[in-house]
Amino acid sequence: MSFVEVSGFAKSYGGNTVFEDINFVLARGEFVTLLGPSGCGKSTLLRCLAGLVSLDAGQFRVEGEDITYAVPQKRGIGMVFQSYALFPNMTVSQNIAFGLKMQKLAAKVVASKVAEAIELVELGGKERAYPAALSGGQRQRVALARSLVVEPRILLLDEPLSALDARIRRSLRQQILDIQRRLDLTTIFVTHDQEEALTLSDRIFVMDRGRIVQQGSAETVYTRPANEAVARFMGNYNLLGPQESRLLLGLDIDGHLAIRPEVIRLFAADDVTPGLIPATVMHSQLLGNVVRYQVEAKGVALQIDCLNRRAADLLSDGNRVMLHIAPEDLQEIAP
Amino acid sequence: MAAEKIVQSMAEIDAADGAVRCSGAWTVRGIARLEQRLPAFPWPAGNDLVIDCSAISSFDTSGAWVLHRTVRLLERQGRNVQTRGLRPEFGALLQLVAARATTSRPAAAAAPGVLAGIGHWAWHGMHGLFDMLAFVGESAVALLRSVLQPHRIRWRPILRNLQTAGFEALPITGLLSFLMGIVIAYQGADQLQRFGANIFIADLVGLSMLRELAPLLTAIIVAGRSGSAYAAQIGTMKVTEEIDALRTIGIGTQELLVLPKMIALIIALPLLTVYCDVTGLLGGMLMARSKLDVSFDVFINRLGDAISLSSFLTGVAKAPVFAAIIALVGCFQGLQVSGSADSVGRQTTVSVVQSIFLVIVADALFSVVFNWLKI
Repeated sequence: MSFVEVSGFAKSYGGNTVFEDINFVLARGEFVTLLGPSGCGKSTLLRCLAGLVSLDAGQFRVEGEDITYAVPQKRGIGMVFQSYALFPNMTVSQNIAFGLKMQKLAAKVVASKVAEAIELVELGGKERAYPAALSGGQRQRVALARSLVVEPRILLLDEPLSALDARIRRSLRQQILDIQRRLDLTTIFVTHDQEEALTLSDRIFVMDRGRIVQQGSAETVYTRPANEAVARFMGNYNLLGPQESRLLLGLDIDGHLAIRPEVIRLFAADDVTPGLIPATVMHSQLLGNVVRYQVEAKGVALQIDCLNRRAADLLSDGNRVMLHIAPEDLQEIAP
Repeated sequence: MAAEKIVQSMAEIDAADGAVRCSGAWTVRGIARLEQRLPAFPWPAGNDLVIDCSAISSFDTSGAWVLHRTVRLLERQGRNVQTRGLRPEFGALLQLVAARATTSRPAAAAAPGVLAGIGHWAWHGMHGLFDMLAFVGESAVALLRSVLQPHRIRWRPILRNLQTAGFEALPITGLLSFLMGIVIAYQGADQLQRFGANIFIADLVGLSMLRELAPLLTAIIVAGRSGSAYAAQIGTMKVTEEIDALRTIGIGTQELLVLPKMIALIIALPLLTVYCDVTGLLGGMLMARSKLDVSFDVFINRLGDAISLSSFLTGVAKAPVFAAIIALVGCFQGLQVSGSADSVGRQTTVSVVQSIFLVIVADALFSVVFNWLKI
């Protein structure tokens, strides 16, 4: 029996469908990410799982128990919000202890559990601080501790890192993963950031226009996108239509060809190795450790990502180069 | 360098050897001149037309729209048009524009008639009423559960609410009822003096203050003061997702937010009403003495004859009902807040208007019932 079973979830507001036909199962301790562009319905889906938004149709079972119509406080589901949602008039300790105090637990038990939670999120020394005195990352760790201290069966994370700067985001991301692994806690994480999804998840569910269009491991979703929408969202794929495929590669196909930007290799313009395609650099963008080139080859525009090894290797706009695209890197995908 | 030249150039379109070639910056800055030229552009003859877009160096929504519109225009003329060479990211933008573009301007929706307006109003009103009834039901169940399990009652927030809604309201309610007593006595003095019935000023001030004005005035002040504060507090918590956070850590909003406020107000409002009875009578006494020469002793003696215990109790008995109305409406409207901060202000205003309206309706019903019961 699966730990979590979601079947036939559907939600609409008025005539607008937010999501429909959502089905998935999760194993205990699994870390799953709902990934998709803004407005695809992923946050609403998460709020439906938490019971904060009512469903139009569907069934939600956890450990075999049907909790489709249970109120949020009876579901045993913890949730962390993008806006932290801390209680501003309470200290860090009081924020974390609040749920336990409302359960009328003994003061000693509350104190011990709060101390454990504070240690877990590495906020020692901040027990008496108010949320206003904390940084964004610290506030989000308080929110995480507050939701973990009540020992939920499932943890929902609604874009918890979106409001943080890049450096804190990376460190908190790792901390979330460490805590999740240590507690073996089934976790559903919502994000629109591919990097977060790829680094954190056991499985990724890619959502597009209210449907899960692909689910699989990070590697599968990245290297084998199920359709054009996933390819566009996951990795700046070069998508070639039938005409472009014919022009560039001489291939006759009905659908689209997807080529990842990092698999196209660049060679010097005077390289005469057979199978190379002549191209011109139209534009280059330095992204730190990667350089992104827009090139034109046989009338087809392509994007190529190269490692930024040496400044002398950087190409300028108008430079002529040769391209190599290995046949095994071509993927035919559904529109 | 050739590439730089393309980047810097304006949007261009050329026809040569039966093919059309687009180049340059198809952006809002460069598209205007091209758009003027398009109606007179010499499109090559023939059914099949290929537009080569490989030399377009930059592309935004304006460029995408002009290209999409041009292609549609040619297709409507019966031509088979193909665009090629557009970069993938430009192609995505063109697809997005094409998906959003409408083939024809939809007919303007007719303004809803009076009947439709009434229908909408009634429909929304009915939904609001059902939601409110559901909320009252939930609150009643939570209250009953707390009464049966007193350890669930949260006394600290009740005491805090008693202080803010009760004790801190003493100055304003006292002053206003004192002034109300003065106004009633002042207005009545002229009429009573004409008939030599000065002593009956005690009846006038006593009955009107104790039975009607003190409970009503106190309830209206508390609705404006505490009811609005409840709506604003809960509404702000809703906007900052604190309410959602509470629910996901196992805390019901009724138990934590609604019941302490309701219980505190049910205790505070009758006490405030009695206090306003006293200050109102003081105002009346002061005016009776200065305008009608009715001394304090005479006024108080007459008051004992004119006012029965039931008159006093009917006034005080209304207060808990008014308190429940104010607390429930304030909390309910706070929980109706959705989206942004301006919704907090809107729902706060609604809470004050609704609670004052419902208090007056309840007062009217009390009058009818008391009259029917001959109290």
